[in-house]
Amino acid sequence: MKNVYTDLLRTEYLPHVWCAGCGNGIVLGVFAKAFGYTGINRDSTVIVSGIGCSGRITQYLNFDTVHTTHGRALAFATGIKLANPELNVVVFMGDGDAAAIGGNHLIHAARRNIDLTAIIINNSLYGMTGGQVAPTTPEGKVTKTTPFGNPEHPFDISKLVAAAGATYVARFTSYHIKWLEKAIAEAMLHKGFSVVEVIIGCPTHWRIKPPELMKIQKEKYRRRNYSSIHEIKPWDIGVFVREIKPEFTERIRGIINP
Amino acid sequence: MKVELEVETKKELLQGNEAVVRAAINSGCNFFAGYPITPSSEIAHGMAELLPKYDGIFVQMEDELASISAAIGAALAGARAMTATSGPGFSLMQESIGYAAITETPVVIFDVMRAGPSTGIPTAPSQGDVLQAKHGSHGDYPIVVLAPATVRDSYHLTEEAFKVAEEYHVPVIVLSDEIIGHMRESVELPKLKARDEIKFGGIKRLGIGLRKHITGLVYDETGMPTTEPEKYEKLLKRLFSKIEDEKLMKYKMEETEDAEILFVTYGSTYRSAKTAVKILRSKSIRAGLFKIETLNPMPERALKKASENASRIIVPEMNMGQIVKEVKAILCDRDVIGISSFAELTTPETLVRAVEA
Ligand SMILES: Cc1ncc(C[n+]2csc(CCOP(=O)(O)OP(=O)(O)O)c2C)c(N)n1
Ligand code: SF4
Repeated sequence: MKNVYTDLLRTEYLPHVWCAGCGNGIVLGVFAKAFGYTGINRDSTVIVSGIGCSGRITQYLNFDTVHTTHGRALAFATGIKLANPELNVVVFMGDGDAAAIGGNHLIHAARRNIDLTAIIINNSLYGMTGGQVAPTTPEGKVTKTTPFGNPEHPFDISKLVAAAGATYVARFTSYHIKWLEKAIAEAMLHKGFSVVEVIIGCPTHWRIKPPELMKIQKEKYRRRNYSSIHEIKPWDIGVFVREIKPEFTERIRGIINP
Repeated sequence: MKVELEVETKKELLQGNEAVVRAAINSGCNFFAGYPITPSSEIAHGMAELLPKYDGIFVQMEDELASISAAIGAALAGARAMTATSGPGFSLMQESIGYAAITETPVVIFDVMRAGPSTGIPTAPSQGDVLQAKHGSHGDYPIVVLAPATVRDSYHLTEEAFKVAEEYHVPVIVLSDEIIGHMRESVELPKLKARDEIKFGGIKRLGIGLRKHITGLVYDETGMPTTEPEKYEKLLKRLFSKIEDEKLMKYKMEETEDAEILFVTYGSTYRSAKTAVKILRSKSIRAGLFKIETLNPMPERALKKASENASRIIVPEMNMGQIVKEVKAILCDRDVIGISSFAELTTPETLVRAVEA
């Protein structure tokens, strides 16, 4: 069976490493479809990822792919984009990857408004290492490293990057694939730092069956109209920011060729 | 290193860090990512000033983790890339240096050493990062480490670093120190070239339709991750065999033919040893010196040969004794002693006294 977007995958390396029912596989499929819509040239596209379950996505995408180190994907991507601004650069990260170990690079990429598309796959814990607490884990939640409940406040990644200066910010779940597809395509076509946060959950470490996870995503998450990013609550989904601001690569090149 | 003869030269007073900037630009470096730190900041200042005029990119990143990562990313995208730092920043860069090694990415890392550990003495020189430069990232990996001893060396070894990085597809570390970085010497070096005289940029691996996977995971011949021990062994052996090349192992010998006393030196301590040799020779003591310019891979064979007639080998270092251990291992049957100095150079007199004692 071959459809349009399987051509964008390295199908010879399937089946993938993810657990059955994991949302990472859904994101992979949705991304390939979304990429098809954009009409962007595949060979001028570079896909970068960090480390974690989510970081493995690059090995299945039949593009120029760079699987970097934990937390640094955006820093690598910044170098790639600055060295060759013609490239369309997409960066996949997990929530720990992007907001804990790589949190500094995340806010600085947003501040610079560098033309990268960050797709942050948020399962609200550390999947790859066995289900430890992440900076996105809800308060009170029991994980491997918070056996008595998480005593910390979580980040809302979308609000964080919006506050830091990202010019396109959207959040959807792995249930809302049509909206997600559109958001990923829009983000890739957006000039500036664009972030798509994808809520996927983690059936394995949440000890929940994939269909139940889907049910939660379907019932709890709501799209509505927002007048300000401050209104955004953890269960809100949608496109939160769409803004045009001077882009870093153009600015820095502008210094050279005024 | 040969200086091309047609290049116009003139005597001038130049700082080590300034020489690095000039050599980098003349070598076609068109990407610099860094984070300020004493005593390396002059390199960033110079690159920030010059790169835009040469169509290159200078970017000050949010930290050294980002600086090295951005430099590697730029190199993958086809830039000739470098970063510069000192001890604390160099420590932060280690993980990504291993990434550059396993992914065979040419990148030049300049470490202007200062006294450590930790924040140490930011304004004082040291040679404390030698072992870190050779082995600082986790796992086994090949790396080239060069050690300039003068402002002139700073120029030529920077040039060499860019050449070696691309020829062998390896990260190259240049270990300078506060003395060499900040000292002004009267030198005759190639002038800064004009834009059209330089070929900027390096090897492109992205954006040319290769559709290859680049990863820090152990990978097989196809570039895809593997956990098979045989494939891991094969990868490591291939990576290491690249730098088993005598051409890489640079050194200089001064008055070694008849030397009974041999100083084995690198970096700024070479300067004290050179004077010590002069003093000892004036006292009719047959002293000579072996200056290591490539600390990794070490010029073992040449060192063995140079020390054949020496009854005593002295290794002065501005640290607790880092290279002396390797010299002892190479010259295992010989009388090798280390002389340490801390946050300043050993004086030639100290070295002379060590010989006369
Ligand atoms: C520097 C470093 N620290 C720790 C690790 C171990 N590690 C691998 S993946 C990971 C966390 C993954 O969590 P997340 O980024 O949320 O991605 P997920 O696996 O959930 O997709 C950690 C801590 C590492 N590889 N490198
Ligand atoms: S551990 Fe969780 S996030 Fe990782 S592959 Fe399994 S289900 Fe997916």
